[in-house]
Amino acid sequence: MIKLTAKMPFQNLLPLRIGTITLSDETPAFMTLIDYPDGSEAGVSEALKKAHRIPLAALNRTTRHAENRCIWFGKNHLLLGPEPDEALAKIARLTDVSDGYAVLRAEGKDIEVALARLVPIDLALSHFKIGHTARTLVHNMHAAVIRVSNCAFQIIVFRSMAQTLMHDLMRAMRSVDARASLLKR
Amino acid sequence: MRLICPKCGERDLKEFYYQGDALALHRPDPSAEPKLWDDYLHNRDNPTGVREDLWYHEAGCSTWIVVRRDTTTHEILSTEIAAIRKTSEEGAV
Repeated sequence: MIKLTAKMPFQNLLPLRIGTITLSDETPAFMTLIDYPDGSEAGVSEALKKAHRIPLAALNRTTRHAENRCIWFGKNHLLLGPEPDEALAKIARLTDVSDGYAVLRAEGKDIEVALARLVPIDLALSHFKIGHTARTLVHNMHAAVIRVSNCAFQIIVFRSMAQTLMHDLMRAMRSVDARASLLKR
Repeated sequence: MRLICPKCGERDLKEFYYQGDALALHRPDPSAEPKLWDDYLHNRDNPTGVREDLWYHEAGCSTWIVVRRDTTTHEILSTEIAAIRKTSEEGAV
């Protein structure tokens, strides 16, 4: 039988650095959408805590324990990292989207300046703190943006749009870098 | 124009899809007389002033939102989650 080679969402083009900003692929092995009937949120949160040591994330927030993370994702929640525990499937509707999304990490001193060119919300640290997330746009694309540190964000988009995301980000990064080098002269 | 999504906060207009008058919130009972259904399906007014619209936070949290706004001043008076409004109205009946 022919052995097929799995392709990565960013086609091994990452990591990549322009100016002060580095892009890297942080797509985890498992991504699962968690949905549940109205009113069962507390039970699902408890089960998630028991199985993976993280509660469900509140609106516009994320929760994490080591590599396990739960991200508020608009209509539902996204579990990043572990393969979901079977106990969870009994009370919540789980959808395996490991092949459906791509996670990119963008890190560097000027990352806020670069993202300001693409994202129509305020991502300043004073307003958008570590662990905060937003469902919004990156250029023309639907995305989830998460702040993971003082100068790093994760951006989650449909896997089929991963390279479009790279293209948009690289263009913004080049512009920011060009402006910085002009000012240096 | 900026809208306040009840879940995400104040967002740019380009994140939203505009559906139109919040007519769907006033769907007649299936057994209602034909005149009511005729009005619901076909007859439209086009008044100015305070209106309720349905907007969809498409490039955000995928929530349908009822926006109360004044079409003469463009002032946004309030926004609320359509699903919650519908449930509370049904509960009242």
